[in-house]
Amino acid sequence: MPLLDVRGLCIDYKLQSGYLRAVDGVSFRIDQGEVLGLAGESGSGKSTIAHSILRILPGSTRVSGSIQIDGTEVLRMDDRAARAYRWKVVSLVPQGSMNAFDPVITIGSQIVESIRIHSNVDKADAWRRTRELFSLVGIPESRTKGYPHEFSGGMKQRAAIAMALSLNPRLVILDEPTTALDVVVQRQVLGLLARLRTELGISFLFVTHDLSVLSEIATKVAVMYAGRLAEISSSEALFAAPKHPYSNALIHAIPTLSGDLSLVKSIPGVPVNLLSPPPGCRFHPRCPSAFDRCRTEEPHLLQLDDGSVVACHLFDRGEKDDGE
Amino acid sequence: MENETPLLEARNLTVKFVTGRGLLAKQVVTAVDEVSISIKKGEALGLVGQSGSGKTTLARAVVKLVKPQSGLVLFKGKNIFGQKGDEAQAYRRKVQMVFQDPYESLNPRATAEKAIGEPLVIHGLAESSSSRQERTLDLIRLVGLNPEAVSKKYPHELSGGERQRVSIARALAVSPELLLADEPVSMLDVSIRIGIIDLLKELKRKLDLTVIFITHDLGVARYFCDRIAVMYKGRLIEVAPTEELLRHPSDPYTKQLLESVPDPAKSARERFSSIQKG
Repeated sequence: MPLLDVRGLCIDYKLQSGYLRAVDGVSFRIDQGEVLGLAGESGSGKSTIAHSILRILPGSTRVSGSIQIDGTEVLRMDDRAARAYRWKVVSLVPQGSMNAFDPVITIGSQIVESIRIHSNVDKADAWRRTRELFSLVGIPESRTKGYPHEFSGGMKQRAAIAMALSLNPRLVILDEPTTALDVVVQRQVLGLLARLRTELGISFLFVTHDLSVLSEIATKVAVMYAGRLAEISSSEALFAAPKHPYSNALIHAIPTLSGDLSLVKSIPGVPVNLLSPPPGCRFHPRCPSAFDRCRTEEPHLLQLDDGSVVACHLFDRGEKDDGE
Repeated sequence: MENETPLLEARNLTVKFVTGRGLLAKQVVTAVDEVSISIKKGEALGLVGQSGSGKTTLARAVVKLVKPQSGLVLFKGKNIFGQKGDEAQAYRRKVQMVFQDPYESLNPRATAEKAIGEPLVIHGLAESSSSRQERTLDLIRLVGLNPEAVSKKYPHELSGGERQRVSIARALAVSPELLLADEPVSMLDVSIRIGIIDLLKELKRKLDLTVIFITHDLGVARYFCDRIAVMYKGRLIEVAPTEELLRHPSDPYTKQLLESVPDPAKSARERFSSIQKG
């Protein structure tokens, strides 16, 4: 059984004039010890998915489909059960959290406070746990007494990760955890995550717009476009031979240090406006391989022989398959 | 070409900032430390380095937004800090900057047309409102936009890519010779970044521009720049032609920087195993 099993997830935000579908029919799984990269541009729905797993979307949001952790349905938990589940089973390192520490309280005290809110331990134990967490993420234990301004960006991000680990969650969701960091520090943080995965068997959902970072850390990558899944492939398969024309275009829109620059190409057109998405495949107006069917019929998720999942008519050989 | 006077040259440029005045002890930060660098006409020079390395401060000194403590900046052989009156005004026209976030650098209450036409008024470059309008529409077309679709729009009505194109048009309005682009694509979605860089490439060729391109993204620097200068803690530590710098970095920091850049073009498996080892 997978650790996280998301099926047919649809999420609608309430607007003044009705509902806006931000996530449309998304299914994916995360196994124990796996790092799933959730990649997409702004508005693709990736953070919305992350928030739905934690049940922290605004109350007016409409969510359907299924999110199961270890067989338990997250979407049907009452608020009390959700509070107990949050942080203990699944925790979050929110975007920009490294800069969300209170500047006038030591980082250690802030972690101690969060441990004591969520569990029944005394102060001394909470401090012991905090020092343990610091050494786990590679910060000297003495720095638990430090204030946020005394920490570098990379250290603050490590502390935010330590905080997310404080109650031994099974799954940690990281929302753009390295976007604000310099590449040298980014690499150190990626190394830390890889170590936590192998040493503690923690699973990660790594949400980012930066596909190249995922080539370093993800075991599997899910590429989103305008609220829908385009492709899920193993990291090796995706970067070696992307299947969906959007994944392919996105990989070729990133100039790398060793790749062939003559293959670098921008994606024509503009990102989709979710208030008036195009009919059929949402990528078709920008897709070089689009044909008539793409303009009218929405592609379903197809399970391919190599384990990849792709939503594209180019891969449809007639049989109907919804990716289950 | 070798004997030509560089278009722009910095000599031992040093910029210091005083921080922590008041309650806390006064501290002096040397943001740019004895930097000497030159750029030839028609060249694209990349300025790379991590945040706080001084790359933006160096650019701001070149456009006279900050005053250096010592050193010179020569434009066509003349010190820009000694200029007065018309000469100073002319320099401000010849060197223009494109900022990182067009949403912040464009006036939210000015239409695209107004934002692009404004520098023409400031520098007295339009004889009549009709010639200004004509020039503005030309500029909108030049940056790959449709005047009918965007000229009456406000920044919030434009997409991120369109906004950055408008701010490039605004910088080009006064026909500059040197363009300083400070992280011009880092705020944009990945799918449209290369479109903007390709536009800068095309404009550089068409208008015979010289470009200083500030970025933290070495892949983008490789794609756009003829030469790359690496800054670290205010100092310029290495300058070399792009491919040479990438293949044979001589400074240990440059090496570390290059090794840290995620590279999907290398086999994913190779990178993956190297990071798992830490």
